[in-house]
Amino acid sequence: MSKPLIETRGLVKHFGGVQAIRGVDFALAEGELRCLIGPNGAGKSTFFKLLTGQIKPTSGSVLFRGTDITSLQAHEIARLGIGVKTQVPSVFNGLSVRDNLWIAAARHKKGKAIAQLVEAQIERLMLGRFADSLTGQLAHDQRQRVELGLVLCGEPNLILLDEPAAGMTEEERARTAELIFEINRDHPLIVVEHDMSFIRSIARRITVFNQGEILMEGGVDQVFSSQAVRDVYLGKKAAA
Amino acid sequence: MTNSLRSNAGLVAIGVGGIVLLIGLPIVLDLYTLLQITLYVIFGILALSLAFIWGYGGILCFGQSAFFGLGAYAYAVSVINIGESTLPFLIATALPAAFAAGLGYFMFYSRISDVYVGVITLTVTLIFYNVVNSTAGPQYHIGEALLGGFNGMPNVPSLNIPFQPDNTLEPAGMFTLCGGLLLIVYFGLHALLRTRFGRVLVAVRENEQRVEFQGYDARLHKLVAFSIGGGLAGIAGCLFTAWGNFVSPTAFSVVQSAQIIIWLMVGGAGTLLGPVIGAMAISWLTLKIGTQQTVNANVVLGAILLVFVLLVPRGIAPMVTERLVPWLMSLRQPQTSPQSVAREGKA
Repeated sequence: MSKPLIETRGLVKHFGGVQAIRGVDFALAEGELRCLIGPNGAGKSTFFKLLTGQIKPTSGSVLFRGTDITSLQAHEIARLGIGVKTQVPSVFNGLSVRDNLWIAAARHKKGKAIAQLVEAQIERLMLGRFADSLTGQLAHDQRQRVELGLVLCGEPNLILLDEPAAGMTEEERARTAELIFEINRDHPLIVVEHDMSFIRSIARRITVFNQGEILMEGGVDQVFSSQAVRDVYLGKKAAA
Repeated sequence: MTNSLRSNAGLVAIGVGGIVLLIGLPIVLDLYTLLQITLYVIFGILALSLAFIWGYGGILCFGQSAFFGLGAYAYAVSVINIGESTLPFLIATALPAAFAAGLGYFMFYSRISDVYVGVITLTVTLIFYNVVNSTAGPQYHIGEALLGGFNGMPNVPSLNIPFQPDNTLEPAGMFTLCGGLLLIVYFGLHALLRTRFGRVLVAVRENEQRVEFQGYDARLHKLVAFSIGGGLAGIAGCLFTAWGNFVSPTAFSVVQSAQIIIWLMVGGAGTLLGPVIGAMAISWLTLKIGTQQTVNANVVLGAILLVFVLLVPRGIAPMVTERLVPWLMSLRQPQTSPQSVAREGKA
């Protein structure tokens, strides 16, 4: 098997006395679409922040295509081609949609290529009607798409999506699932999600987090039929 | 597209108007008024220095007078020692810029929050004020320059034509220099804000984390902007000292810092023209109130600030461009549109 795209080795993170992540060994292959699930407080978000360099691990390392990126700053990790979509849309509210995407494209393009990339993404994400509107004035779902545009204009090698279906209607969720498949044709993805039906609709391989550790990893049917997973997560939910 | 045309037309108008005033005012105005207006122009540059870092960079600096005072004293000390003003002018720009870069490094690279940036910049100003204030006595001197403590430094030489120490600038020449510099700073900042650096800087103001997710170093952008703002405030300080041939610790005072903030709030912090207008209008008003004894100037300034914060929170310039102009346009339209609607109805 070829080298993994991103890999963590013995990743540990303490917040004071709390062990948020306790020795996670994780690997993602090129081209993969991976879902991360787990109950609240399982360490998914912390794990995400460790991958993107927002916080530094207490011990252990993160490798991207075999290179140790543990000590890099967030913007340096982003430059390697790791794009992040946060749970609450993180966009430039005071700028127009077009100016938002310009910032993302101008990082690695020059001159006319910037505008070409921006216009292509505006069309892909169906943002044409709002291209000159202030992003802060758009609806939640539209701002989600602007943020996705920011990520895609960076032409990343790996995309991390934090709860892409949060706060969406059934219809929007179906569209988002389609979009995720479409994006996955060109980009490997890691998706953190709570919504089980959404997970079922997009997942191929799932990593289950519990209490800062990887509980299990496997295909959709394998994970959903696992007694251990049901106990910590699905079982509780079914009982509730 | 039409938007960019309109904003460019505005810029051209400001440029033409600025050059006309630059040439015309020394001809039509008497000496006293010209001197006063020169001072307002210097304050315009000072206002732009904060407008850039606060309005566009989102850096809440409560101590812009630290850089202003540093430029003012750097010019005074170096011109007294050197005797010719070209190098002192450059020192008065570079020293505050370098100091801002150093201070900015500690603030931005340690990722303290905006509130603490405000507190630290305010504290730095207070430290400068108190230190310089307590330098009275002959033992406090830098080379030949006596710092003079709270009495300040009198008899600071004026600016001269570069490398001609005997050819000092007369009031008209000083006005032309200050006005020219104001125009250069104004258009220079406009141009800078259109580059990738400028656009990313505005994005940092909007969302620092997202800027980092896009692969830009937000800290570096803030640091460079802060240093440019410090350098510009230093230029204003240098001009201020050369204008009055005098500098005192009040250049560092918190009152001075607060005044710059008021200029921005009145004029419109998110623009470049607004702060210049705010600086000139408020300075003129302060002078006018100072000539009478009925009302205290600070009470009036406080009242003005309150009125603006409550009623015109975004300042004069945004109110004119976003409210007044569209309103005037809408006044013109109904006169034509009902007729055209009627005509269409008949057809």
